[in-house]
Amino acid sequence: MSHRAAETEPLRISWRPPPKIRNPLLRWSLLVGCGLYIIYAIGDVHLNPERFIAGIPRVAEMLGVMLPPDFSRWDLLFSGLSESIQMAVISTAIGIVLGIPVAVGAAKNLVPAPIYYLFRGYIGLVRTLPEVLIAIFFVKAIGFGAFAGMLTLTVASTAFVGKLLAEEIEAIDPGQVEAIRATGAGWSKVLIYGIQPQVLPRSIGLSIYRWDINFRESVILGIVGAGGIGATLYNAFGRYEYDFGLAILLAMIAIVLIAEWGSGKIRRSIK
Amino acid sequence: MLHIENLTKTYPNGQTALRECSLSMERSQIVTVIGPSGAGKSTVLRCINRLVEPTRGRILLNDTEITALGTKKMCRMRRRMGMIFQEYNLVERLTVMENVLSGRLGFVSLFQALFRRFPQGDIESAFELLERVGLSGYENSRADALSGGQRQRVGIARALMQQPRILLVDEPTSSLDPKTARTIMSLIAELSREHGIPALINIHDVGLATKFAQRVVGLSHGGIVFDGPPQTVDTSSLTRIFGEADWGTTGAVTSNTSDIAQKDTLIEATEGNAVLEATKA
Repeated sequence: MSHRAAETEPLRISWRPPPKIRNPLLRWSLLVGCGLYIIYAIGDVHLNPERFIAGIPRVAEMLGVMLPPDFSRWDLLFSGLSESIQMAVISTAIGIVLGIPVAVGAAKNLVPAPIYYLFRGYIGLVRTLPEVLIAIFFVKAIGFGAFAGMLTLTVASTAFVGKLLAEEIEAIDPGQVEAIRATGAGWSKVLIYGIQPQVLPRSIGLSIYRWDINFRESVILGIVGAGGIGATLYNAFGRYEYDFGLAILLAMIAIVLIAEWGSGKIRRSIK
Repeated sequence: MLHIENLTKTYPNGQTALRECSLSMERSQIVTVIGPSGAGKSTVLRCINRLVEPTRGRILLNDTEITALGTKKMCRMRRRMGMIFQEYNLVERLTVMENVLSGRLGFVSLFQALFRRFPQGDIESAFELLERVGLSGYENSRADALSGGQRQRVGIARALMQQPRILLVDEPTSSLDPKTARTIMSLIAELSREHGIPALINIHDVGLATKFAQRVVGLSHGGIVFDGPPQTVDTSSLTRIFGEADWGTTGAVTSNTSDIAQKDTLIEATEGNAVLEATKA
C-alpha cells in the first residue's frame, strides 16, 4: 500500500513529532499564560537580590558561633534522640498495622466502590493536613510531650502506607490472583496467598522509608511541643546555644544517613 | 457429566464472546477446543468456574447447577475444578511447594493457610505429585526461578492437588516451545487418564489438539461450528473454524498427526530391535 502511495504522491521528507496538545490555540495560550503568571509571581513576592546579598554575612556569622559544635551535654542530646527514635519506631509499627487494612480498603480491585471511596477519603483528608497541624491538634487535646507526637506520626503513617500500598495492590499481576481464586479460596485466603506475597517486598521497603520520614518529622513536631529531639533543638536555639544546636543537627544527620544506608541495604536484599 | 446449555456471555463493553453455546461432556474424556483468538474459548472455561459470570444459559456439573450457586457455594464448587493457565499463573514469589499446596486452599482454615500448616496428607500428596510431574527436589525453589515448562508442571500439580472432578485447561502450551508443549500436553493427557478426570482443553495448535483428544470442538465467533473426533478435522472444517487459509501447505492436520503416529511406531520398532539384539548377546 505504502509503495503505491509513494508513486502517486510527491515523496515527503520532512517529519516532526506531533505536538502533545493538538489544539494550537490551547497550546499557545497555556504556554503564554504560564509565562505571564511566573513574571507576575516574581514581582509579587518581592524577590530582592540586595536583601539576599546582605544576608550572606549574617549566615556566615551564625555559622561562626555554631563552630565548634558543643557535645558536652551529650546526655540531653542522647535522651532527646532516643525519644525521637522511640516515637518513630512505635508510630511506624502501629501505623503499618493500621495502614494495611486501609490499603486493602483503598484498593479498587479488592473492595466495592463505597468502601473504596470511604478509605480514599480518609487518606486524602489525612494527607491534606500537614503533620504540624495534626500535632498542634493533639498537643491541645492531650497535652505536651512525646505521646502527642507519636499519635500524629501514627495517623500520618496510616495514610502514607495506605495510599502507597493500595497503589501497589492495584498494580499486581491479576493472573496469580485468578489462579488462587480458581482453587476455591475465598476473599481472605486470596488476600494472604495471592496478594500478600506480591506486595511483600514493597511493604517492607515502605515501612523502612516511613520510619525514616517519621524520625525526621519528629524533629519538626518537637517545635510545636510534641516531644523528641525537636524540642531539645528548639530550646537550644531559643537560648542562643548555637554550638549545642549544631551538635544536635550533626547527630540527627548521622542517624538519618545510617538509616538511609541500612534501609537501602535491606531493600536491595528483598526481591 | 458437564452440560452447557445455551451459554451466552456479553462483556460490559458490549462485546459478545459467546452466543447460545451448548456442549456436553462425558466422564473421563479429553475434549480440545480449537478456534481463533477471540472466538470465546477462554470465556467458556471461565464461565464454568464462574471467574467470568455468564450472561445467560445454564451450566451443570454432575447435576449441580453451577450457574445457580451463591458466592459461598460457588467457592466450594471451585475446589473441585482444577484450572491450568496459559501464563502458568503461579504465585511467583512463593516456593514450588506453597504453589502446589495452594490447590488445597479451599479445604484448609484461614489460620492453616496463613502459616502454611497444611495437613500431613496434603503434604504427602504434594510430594507425590511433584515426583509425578518430574519436579522432585524442587519443592523449595521459588516459582520465578523455574523455566516455562517447569512452571507449567507446577501449575498441573496445583490443579491435581484439588482432586478435581474436571480439569479446565486454558492454552497450556502457548507460552512454550514446541517440544516442551508436546511433553506438557502428553503429561496433562496422561494424568487426566490416570486419575479419570475429564479435561476441557483450549488450544490453538491444531496438531496438538487432534493428537491428544478424543473429541475436538471448533469455536468461531462465540458459537460452536465443529464437533467431532480428531480424525474428522480436515481442511474444510478448519476453514469453517479459522477462516480461509492455505491449509494444504501448513501440512494437512490429519496427515500431520499420522506422521507422529508413524514416528512413534518407528521408535517402538527400533526399541524392539535393541531388545532383540540385547537378548541375542
